[in-house]
Amino acid sequence: MVKALKAKEVAKRVVEGKMFILDVRNESDFKDWKIEGKGIESINRPYFDLIDGVEDVLEHLPKEEVLVVCAKEGSSVMVAEMLDEAGIKDVYYLEGGMKAWSEYLMPVKIGDLKDGGSIYQFNRIGKGCLSYLVESNGEAAIIDSARTVEAYEDFAKQNNLEIKHMIDTHLHADHISGGRRLAEKTNATYWLPPKDAEEVTFSYEALQEGKDITIGNTKIEIQPLYTPGHTIGSTSMIVDGQYLLSGDILFVDSIGRPDLAGKAEDWVSDLRDSLYNKYNSLSKDLVVLPAHFGKISELDEKGAVQAPLGELFEKNEGLNIKSEDEFRKAVTENLPPQPNAYQEIRETNMGKIDPSTDEQRDMEIGPNRCAITE
Amino acid sequence: MNVKQTLDTKGLSCPMPIVKTKKAMDGLASGDILEVLATDKGAVNDLSAWSKSSGHELLDHKEEDGVFKFWIQKG
Repeated sequence: MVKALKAKEVAKRVVEGKMFILDVRNESDFKDWKIEGKGIESINRPYFDLIDGVEDVLEHLPKEEVLVVCAKEGSSVMVAEMLDEAGIKDVYYLEGGMKAWSEYLMPVKIGDLKDGGSIYQFNRIGKGCLSYLVESNGEAAIIDSARTVEAYEDFAKQNNLEIKHMIDTHLHADHISGGRRLAEKTNATYWLPPKDAEEVTFSYEALQEGKDITIGNTKIEIQPLYTPGHTIGSTSMIVDGQYLLSGDILFVDSIGRPDLAGKAEDWVSDLRDSLYNKYNSLSKDLVVLPAHFGKISELDEKGAVQAPLGELFEKNEGLNIKSEDEFRKAVTENLPPQPNAYQEIRETNMGKIDPSTDEQRDMEIGPNRCAITE
Repeated sequence: MNVKQTLDTKGLSCPMPIVKTKKAMDGLASGDILEVLATDKGAVNDLSAWSKSSGHELLDHKEEDGVFKFWIQKG
């Protein structure tokens, strides 16, 4: 009997376990994007090469514990059943396929806040997107929400939290924001930097320096800090004087790319100023919490992505480029491919187009690709 | 195009469009053209990759009102 494995269980293995994966999508999809992790080993053999039998692939597989993965689930069930019949013990298939993997959010507690309350990172491990929930005294703010907002709603319900603020650090190009939708549903305020919102079709609250956001009655403060570069509106946030939510400006292993809104050359100097001057003037003890990770190796042992700002100024190559000219080259030349459907995703986030759920899911497929390096 | 056989896989999802296409192809002779109709979006990439890996030629494909049409010549 083959067994279904949920994305949640696969995420556990990615963070702390082991798994052998037979990925049966076609070769180009596998090369583009796959499940990775320290203990994850995977091979690719398209399902259509296995229709007549799995004999050829058996010698490359362990005798027990194989997870078969495909785009949506159907082909992986077919191949898993064939492997089971061929005598492999404990054959699993990924429930919902890579689509489910792309959508799964793993909540990880980052730490406590000074006057009570805490901050959680929601890791969309399949796509490399990181969002945050800050809670205090029964109130919550969610920053850079994923499209699939159910994970936050469930979390809020379990912890008796009222969602008061939905905040986007910038207009996203790699994923569809759930911020506006969940704000409408919960009567929360939706915050967006005004310079990224010039073409939006809905009303919002302007996320601007000087307009601090307070959660709960213990005064957990979220201070916006204008840090343009990835987009012209990009705004970082300092939470409780301890955490720097850096959006897509600064990542643990890389820095944000300035080209996704078509203005790379114009925004290079903004990006440099945000990183080398504004961030450099902040306390180096701040813990940087970015909106993305690029490589699975950026996850720590509990699955969180975080680093002290001081450490990044020492180790992150993007923060250590001496000449402005070299910096310009690093952030405008030889960039990785853009995120899938990034133009349509931006238009969706502006409210200009309204694709169906299936279409939105397809638009978001693949890695986030918001950094200058892969 | 001189189509030998038409295979309708509308409404079927992965892996059935390819499983059926393969079966139909097995019954044709080299040089014959099979027309495949499908509504599963994944079929576009998968049929072209499958054609390549199994020595057939995907002559053409297009989309009409949400239905994908493929013409594959047996190798």
